[in-house]
Amino acid sequence: MSTTMTRLIALGLVACSAAACRSANVSGGPGLIQPGAPGQEGRTVSVADSTDLSKVQFTPADVKFMQGMIGHHQQAIEMAALLPDRTSREDMKLLAKRIEVSQVDEIQMMQDWLRARGQTLPDPHAHHQHGATLMPGMLTQEEMARLEAAKGVEFDRLFLEGMIKHHGGALTMVRELFATPAAGQDGDIFAFASDVEADQQMEIDRMGALLRELQK
Amino acid sequence: MNGLMRRVGTVAAIVGGVVLVGGAQQRPADPKDPRIGLKAGLFDAGVAARNMELTATLARPQGFFDPKAPAGEASPPERPEPAPAAEGGAAAPAAPAAPAAPAAPAAGQPAGPRPGTPPARGGLDFANSDLAFAGTHMWVGNFHGFNTYDIEDARKPKLLASIVCPGGQGDVSVYGNLLFMSVEQTRGRVDCGVQGVAETVSKERFRGVRIFDISDLRRPRQVAAVQTCRGSHTHTLVPDVKDKSRIFVYGSGTGSVRSGEELEGCSGEEPDKDENTALFSIDVIEVPLAAPQNARIVNRPRIFADESTGAIAGLWKGGDHGPGTQRTSVTNQCHDITVFPEVGLAAGACSGNGILMDISDPVHPKRLDAVFDKNFAYWHSATFNNDGTKVIFTDEWGGGTRPRCRATDLPNWGANAIFDIVDGKMQFKGYYKMPAPQTETENCVAHNGSLIPVPGRDIMVQGWYQGGLSVFDFTDSANPVEIAFFDRGPLDAKQLITGGYWSTYWYNGHIYASEIARGIDVFRLKPSEFLSQNEIDAAMLVRHEEFNAQQQPKVTWPATAVVAKAYVDQLNRTRGIQAERAKAVVAAMDRAEGMRSSRDRNAATVVQQLETLAGQLETDAAAAAGRDQARLQALAETLKGRAARLQ
Repeated sequence: MSTTMTRLIALGLVACSAAACRSANVSGGPGLIQPGAPGQEGRTVSVADSTDLSKVQFTPADVKFMQGMIGHHQQAIEMAALLPDRTSREDMKLLAKRIEVSQVDEIQMMQDWLRARGQTLPDPHAHHQHGATLMPGMLTQEEMARLEAAKGVEFDRLFLEGMIKHHGGALTMVRELFATPAAGQDGDIFAFASDVEADQQMEIDRMGALLRELQK
Repeated sequence: MNGLMRRVGTVAAIVGGVVLVGGAQQRPADPKDPRIGLKAGLFDAGVAARNMELTATLARPQGFFDPKAPAGEASPPERPEPAPAAEGGAAAPAAPAAPAAPAAPAAGQPAGPRPGTPPARGGLDFANSDLAFAGTHMWVGNFHGFNTYDIEDARKPKLLASIVCPGGQGDVSVYGNLLFMSVEQTRGRVDCGVQGVAETVSKERFRGVRIFDISDLRRPRQVAAVQTCRGSHTHTLVPDVKDKSRIFVYGSGTGSVRSGEELEGCSGEEPDKDENTALFSIDVIEVPLAAPQNARIVNRPRIFADESTGAIAGLWKGGDHGPGTQRTSVTNQCHDITVFPEVGLAAGACSGNGILMDISDPVHPKRLDAVFDKNFAYWHSATFNNDGTKVIFTDEWGGGTRPRCRATDLPNWGANAIFDIVDGKMQFKGYYKMPAPQTETENCVAHNGSLIPVPGRDIMVQGWYQGGLSVFDFTDSANPVEIAFFDRGPLDAKQLITGGYWSTYWYNGHIYASEIARGIDVFRLKPSEFLSQNEIDAAMLVRHEEFNAQQQPKVTWPATAVVAKAYVDQLNRTRGIQAERAKAVVAAMDRAEGMRSSRDRNAATVVQQLETLAGQLETDAAAAAGRDQARLQALAETLKGRAARLQ
């Protein structure tokens, strides 16, 4: 026990900054216990073992998810930008505005996330390039052109169908993320992906209701 | 806390082109409030307190913070500014703000870490979360496990044990020798390992409710790990009043639904595709107390079902309530449920709705009522008053990681909504939001709290993350009033690092607070014009063997002098009692205080006095109204109760 304790103390002293050490329960601390699975014995662990989160760092799949989602969100903004000149419905304008604001905000967050981790920031407009790989649910250049050319009720219908498909793609991306080994364990990614799933599903439901109204 | 980046739905009332300020308004912030302009710092931040005193503080122990970033990691700043403007009483036209295009770097430009930016980790990996109490011990949940403290001397809490078992949020509850803990993240492991689970489908992953045997406080043993489809974001213990051999747990999952391959029967489909979806339900777990290892899910009740059609998605569908209103999340989950077994009620804060449930059959909770609110983004938690005649719901607008108490944020957004319960239905009465404006770098919104058991009044202490803690009176549901507060400056002046009070609860005479980044704090209340020493002393008399905030106990007060004096103070404050009567009550109760039994020499005289006074108070009560009437009646009962003990 005393050996373990000495080791704990030594590790504590080298591992923490001045501010942290002020707070540390270094001398005579009760130590760290890691219980086992139900029915199993627990064990004493060191501070270094306890704080070693190297195995649950973000993964390449997490980075790819964030990078891909930026272009994906950017297209939603481009679709929303077409709307004011082409629809006459106030509820559609409101919907588009909300999509635009939320997607801009999330793009910012994703860029910050990537930047803080020293990762490459994608060009949000990369999907305009010929032959670019599109993320799930994204509209092709032809589909975007058709949407751009439409007016009135026809536009509203194409917009809603397109955006439902687009948001559905985001749900696919979240599922693919969680279906990738070791991905989605970073706390930020877990929370963000869960939120994308909840929010986009909610918008899909709202747009489905609007679409049914159009068809009346 | 819900969702690190729940920022959608947080975005702006201005997008509709108008700003509406609706509902009851509280008074504007005081520009001289001492909480404004506090110095930033992890352990040396500026402090402002009123009518309460910090008596102890203890930082998170070793192994429960990142040595490289002891405060936690910065959250990205928020751009474009999504805050709805607070000014403009009615529909003030506002140009729909065109969000600035995000600053897009050239294609393929490597960003590289910014100078001075620490290697990033999730900001919540070691965050302190919810609290539970039993006897002279306190358990502090953490995303990384939990810590046990000895609080026998509240001025000197001592760390007893640090238990490493990650998975977030780590909300804890205690019952006898069992400790329950919520786990939701995909990295949670059955064996409490810190290494996560790399495989997408694995028997080693744990998301659900863990149960520990804590008979040895220093070496808790995991005895059960009940896996659930969405994990457990929070949970609530529900005692079975008819069968003491078991207890139920309501597990509330808010995360992504895992695959059916990993846990049989799990489906995250919408109800139109799969009627057995894990969405739109809570988990009811039965725990046999003699064999907790056999704990299992016994029901997933469809508490949001439409009463007439039976469709399981019967409540709020998600979205705004019209131009200028908040965007409220869809009701397919509860974030938190508070049960009040003595009155047979539960209040569910369920994402898009606040719901009231009859839990007389705990396996089959039955919805009695559901409310929504156009100013609520996310229904987060609930607290009843002690009579069970009111319920407060909190709105965790911004998910707890965003600054939502700035001077520009609406006072009715990210606030509490107070409802009266009349005949099983909820009636909206007013909002309460911690009134001091906070900075851009302080995450702040309504969060967890508990009642302070002052007889004759409804008082709550509540954490507001980096907005500090606020004690307020809601005896008048429509006009809540702040009576005490404590606040520190931000963790950092330049960047938002998630921190502040997760939970602040009253337990046996003190207020205990879990601070996400700074550890634990203990406070005592000080008397003021808003709260007398007698009222505080009366609250101090209330002692619980165990306390879990989501499992509300019904408080009763002993018939003692200090309780009587608390009522007298309240009646004096409202001029609800004649001065002579008040004086006589105090004198008689003081006289009785020195007596132990009927054998006391003057016992018969004092009994006579108390009974006469009680009769007079009842006559006074009959002529009074409202709260004065209730307090006069309660005072009369206290005198009669004291007299009975001398006979």
